[in-house]
Amino acid sequence: MPEASSTKLASTADFDRRDLDWYIDKVVQLIVFFAGISAIIFIIGIFIFITMEGLGFLFEDFTFKEFFLSPFWEPSDEDAPEYGILALIAGTASVTGLAMIVAIPFSLGAAIYIGEFATGKVRETLKVLVELLAAIPSVVWGFIGLSIMNPLIIDLFDVPVGLNVLNAGIILGLMAAPIMTSIAEDALKAVPDRYREAAEALGATRWQVIFKTVLPAAKNGLLGAVLLGVGRGFGETMAVLMATGHAVNIPGSLFDPVRALTATIAAELGETAVGSPHYQALFTIGIFLFIITFLINLTADLIVRGIRKG
Amino acid sequence: MNAIIDQDDNQSPEYAIHTRKLNLWYGTFQALFDVDLSIRNGMITSLIGPSGCGKSTFLRSVNRINERLGYVRIEGDIDVLDNNIYDPAVELVQVRKQIGMVFQRPNPLPISIRDNILFGHRLHNKGSKADQDEIVESALKQVLLWDKVKDRLNHKGTELSLEEQQKLCIARLLPVKPSVLLMDEPCSALDPKGTAAVEELIWELRGEYTILIVTHNMAQARRASEECIFMLMGKVIEHQATEDLFVTPAQKETADYIEGRYG
Repeated sequence: MPEASSTKLASTADFDRRDLDWYIDKVVQLIVFFAGISAIIFIIGIFIFITMEGLGFLFEDFTFKEFFLSPFWEPSDEDAPEYGILALIAGTASVTGLAMIVAIPFSLGAAIYIGEFATGKVRETLKVLVELLAAIPSVVWGFIGLSIMNPLIIDLFDVPVGLNVLNAGIILGLMAAPIMTSIAEDALKAVPDRYREAAEALGATRWQVIFKTVLPAAKNGLLGAVLLGVGRGFGETMAVLMATGHAVNIPGSLFDPVRALTATIAAELGETAVGSPHYQALFTIGIFLFIITFLINLTADLIVRGIRKG
Repeated sequence: MNAIIDQDDNQSPEYAIHTRKLNLWYGTFQALFDVDLSIRNGMITSLIGPSGCGKSTFLRSVNRINERLGYVRIEGDIDVLDNNIYDPAVELVQVRKQIGMVFQRPNPLPISIRDNILFGHRLHNKGSKADQDEIVESALKQVLLWDKVKDRLNHKGTELSLEEQQKLCIARLLPVKPSVLLMDEPCSALDPKGTAAVEELIWELRGEYTILIVTHNMAQARRASEECIFMLMGKVIEHQATEDLFVTPAQKETADYIEGRYG
């Protein structure tokens, strides 16, 4: 076929031709690139914004000792306003801690069931349901805390108010459980099946396979799941605002009402004068929350990716 | 070795594995047809045949590991050391204690070498902390791995080379004191040097254990087994002493296969 080869030779001339597809490709690459790095831009932007808003307080009224160690949050006291967030930290921490006590057994159990026991339709249905559960708006959870848990706790434990650490902790635990289940299940699924096969062939029972082989192999992912739950607990606002009782208080028991860092910002920001010390103090709480949740999520992410060993 | 816990029957049965009319289905697909096999105690028997002939399926039904798939159905019996392992009263854990398995891809657990060796032992010997060092040493010595790993017993088993991993997988079976070892193409993931080393090890274990080994590699079956079974399309075609099967096969299909006309 001499003709064919000669036309091929002739066509080498326009190797450097750029048609429309070439330009579309470049443009799309550029758009996708900016969409991709937008997350970084937003994170930095938000951090800069809340830092600027809180900066005035940080440099003028802020004293480390008062801010972190005083349990008195009295920003609207006209004579001597106090900006101590110790009680708020205690509120957030106690509610999140209880939430994890509720959520860890639930989510770990659910993940083990979905990942290791359920098969076929049951498994698929459960996975979809868990994801639906994660999508319930937090105000709905808050509503459940307010109108169902509140009277229930009053009845069951004979306490005057049912909006307290117990209520919020349970609500928050149930809220965090679905996402933790999802991630824990991913972690279990990532354990190669040959480990299970190996253990089973050595005579391990189903429980021994899970407890001695699968869970240890998945421990990083499981830890990541818990940390993401903690991050969720710290950051959650609406449900916590509705279910804690919103009283500045270092809790002495499960039945004490508390107030969370996030809820404080949500409840007070609308009523402060822009630029006032109170306003800036709220933004300083925002900076604090931002740093904490950022660190928790970053750690969780690193652990899930297995960058950390141990 | 192990003079303490020697519970050998006075007379060991002639056949370690004995099947009668074994049929097996994956869902609706029948993978084994009326398999009647008698595998001699204390010998190395190899199973050969083209891909999909049912040799791995047969192997995996001898310790009932097939069942984890969930859609496997079996008819017929498999007797291991004169006990029908498909009897409803049989406990899977006890079956697997007697029958160790080595897989195609080495599958050490992601724990230390020492813990890998002791994994099975700990499952079956609750509470006895004694002699663990000795058990580890003797198991690793038997698989000719001791000198290589004795200084790094706390390293992860998954960090070893594939050949060493496979040896480790054989070694971790030994403390459980099985009588039968099933090997599902144990060398197929290894390079020629590793293959030779593992074959040598299998040959070392001859006599102490009944070894049933599935292989794709006819030369390996010839080198490393005493009896050989040829399977085709889910059926047993021929079962003979290895040298006879390769020199004077009785069936035409066997002859065609070993001469490389298919498979």
